[in-house]
Amino acid sequence: MAHKPDSPTPEEAHAPIAGAGRVYPPVIAPGHTFASVTDKISAIVLTRRTSLGWWLGFAAAFALVNVLMMSIAYLLFVGTGVWGINIPVGWGFAIINFVWWIGIGHAGTLISAILLLFKQTWRTSINRFAEAMTLFAVACAAIFPILHTGRPWLAIYWLFPYPNTMDVWPQFRSPLIWDVFAVSTYATVSLLFWFVGLIPDLATLRDRSESRVGRVIYGALAMGWRGSAHHWHRYETAYLLLAGLATPLVVSVHTIVSFDFAVSVVPGWHATIFPPYFVAGAIYSGFAMVLTLAIPIRTMYGLQDFITERHLNNMAKILLVTGLIVAYGYMMEAFMAWYSANTFETYMMRNRMTGPYGPFYLALIFCNGITPQFLWIKKIRTNVVLLFIISLIVNVGMWLERFVIVVTSLHRDFLPSSWGRYSPTVWDWGLYVGTIGLFLSLLFLFLRFLPMISIFEMRTLVPDAAPVPDRRVGRAGHEAAR
Amino acid sequence: MKPSGRPTVYGVMAEFETSHALVDAARRAHHDGYRKMDAYSPVPIEELHDAMHMHDNRLPKLVLAGGIFGGLGGYGLQYYVSAMAYPVNVGGRPLHSWPAFIPVTFETTILAAALTAVLGMLALNGLPQPFHPVFNVPRFALASRNRFFLCIEARDPKFNINDTRTFLASLGAREVTTVED
Repeated sequence: MAHKPDSPTPEEAHAPIAGAGRVYPPVIAPGHTFASVTDKISAIVLTRRTSLGWWLGFAAAFALVNVLMMSIAYLLFVGTGVWGINIPVGWGFAIINFVWWIGIGHAGTLISAILLLFKQTWRTSINRFAEAMTLFAVACAAIFPILHTGRPWLAIYWLFPYPNTMDVWPQFRSPLIWDVFAVSTYATVSLLFWFVGLIPDLATLRDRSESRVGRVIYGALAMGWRGSAHHWHRYETAYLLLAGLATPLVVSVHTIVSFDFAVSVVPGWHATIFPPYFVAGAIYSGFAMVLTLAIPIRTMYGLQDFITERHLNNMAKILLVTGLIVAYGYMMEAFMAWYSANTFETYMMRNRMTGPYGPFYLALIFCNGITPQFLWIKKIRTNVVLLFIISLIVNVGMWLERFVIVVTSLHRDFLPSSWGRYSPTVWDWGLYVGTIGLFLSLLFLFLRFLPMISIFEMRTLVPDAAPVPDRRVGRAGHEAAR
Repeated sequence: MKPSGRPTVYGVMAEFETSHALVDAARRAHHDGYRKMDAYSPVPIEELHDAMHMHDNRLPKLVLAGGIFGGLGGYGLQYYVSAMAYPVNVGGRPLHSWPAFIPVTFETTILAAALTAVLGMLALNGLPQPFHPVFNVPRFALASRNRFFLCIEARDPKFNINDTRTFLASLGAREVTTVED
């Protein structure tokens, strides 16, 4: 990440490079300087007028937040009976939506941590808003299990180990408690990662803000950052260590979420393939959501210079790879159900494909098994509209996956006498749609008040700002300047 | 500005237009015997670490200690809760069921290490620090945009306001300013 005066990074960033006979398009459009990158990104927050589109979008999203508030209020007033959950399907929408949101929350930290360790410079222009997306998605996810406890005001002592007057402690052998630790650690570390990345940019906003209020607020948040070499030295160390710590954390979170299912003995859940298959599914849905958001944002804010075709192409490739892993997971589930020769497993799989929820399974295979195959074609990977549509289909597909896993496994288990059906009520839908509103509202506020692209990391992709007398373009110029 | 009302000098600051010029200047200042100085830049510059002979490796050690503390703490907590404070006999299975304690131990390790990395970085950097004398230089606002600054501080034994100004000007600085305290 550090700016090295003679590193090949600026050329790599600026000009198409020929490596192994292939030409890679640039990760930032040519002609940018430190000043232009700084001005262009900070102007979105500081000087550009808030567009009508922003107000309309925020108003629509905030209307859905009100739906969320009403759904929560009614739920707390009456109880979880307002949902469609029953016995045998005790988990329903709450867990489906929890897993869906947590999965979406995986792309941000993956982009910021794992791609940083692999020195993928193209991550730079998408990591900030992907991290923000992660935080908001995790916040939406956390709402569901907390409300699912029925009495959230008591959930504190059910979930967290602290000395209480009843001398009751949580059960640490339960995956549900592991989940509490995994999700809260993930939320905390993602927040730290995001905030640490923001500090130098907040200092930029403080220095460039023309209003006193802006200077005070951004100044307080920047904590007096002044770009000292000693500070940068420790900052870089801390950022790299955080990336190293977050990388296994990302993998652990959805692994532990999958344990919620896999540690049970329910047919359709009790499978050793769950952890890797869940992690791949999480990355898959996370990248789909990044594409769903990045494609309209780059058009609305004119950021095609920073979020280039190469970014979309690369994300589409990750979508394809993880989509194939997910498809492999579906095949293995079916294969293991047959190969186990276990009556209940075999029946579960047949019921999943052809039972009352069969159409959902077919839709799932269409969304997650067939749709991503179009991404083999480069013309589709670089077609913004088609890519946007595919990303939406994948989002729906990943929601269907969780619906199929939760509902079809539970509604017909070992004893036919206790079989049942599940359908969500209007309050289930209200809560779900409401969290989408919360997610979008937070995202709109983020786009308006914080730099959505990391300014200081974008600077590391361009050559030095001011011209040096005998300087030529490219690497030769850099050597001359030295 | 001291209470007496007479401004005292914090140091002398030179402004450069490129990171090469800053690295060069820092190297020459160190070579010339200046030790109490700091460079300011809008991007991290790896070569400055060598140029200014920075050798602070306390943070990784702190993070390691934080991780070990988090791991032992998390495991200890689970042992205390499951075997001592609230022992629940489930079909005669052992109370100290260590495999089940691994996921939470892992999470608390990461949590404590990450918190140490961030809080340690801020503490070692002396942040939050609402005010610093370098902010008295109006053009210093560009340090977060596209300009590079080198400040030799008055507490350096070799510091002499006139000599140091001349020295910095000779390094190709665009502008040399006196920083008031």
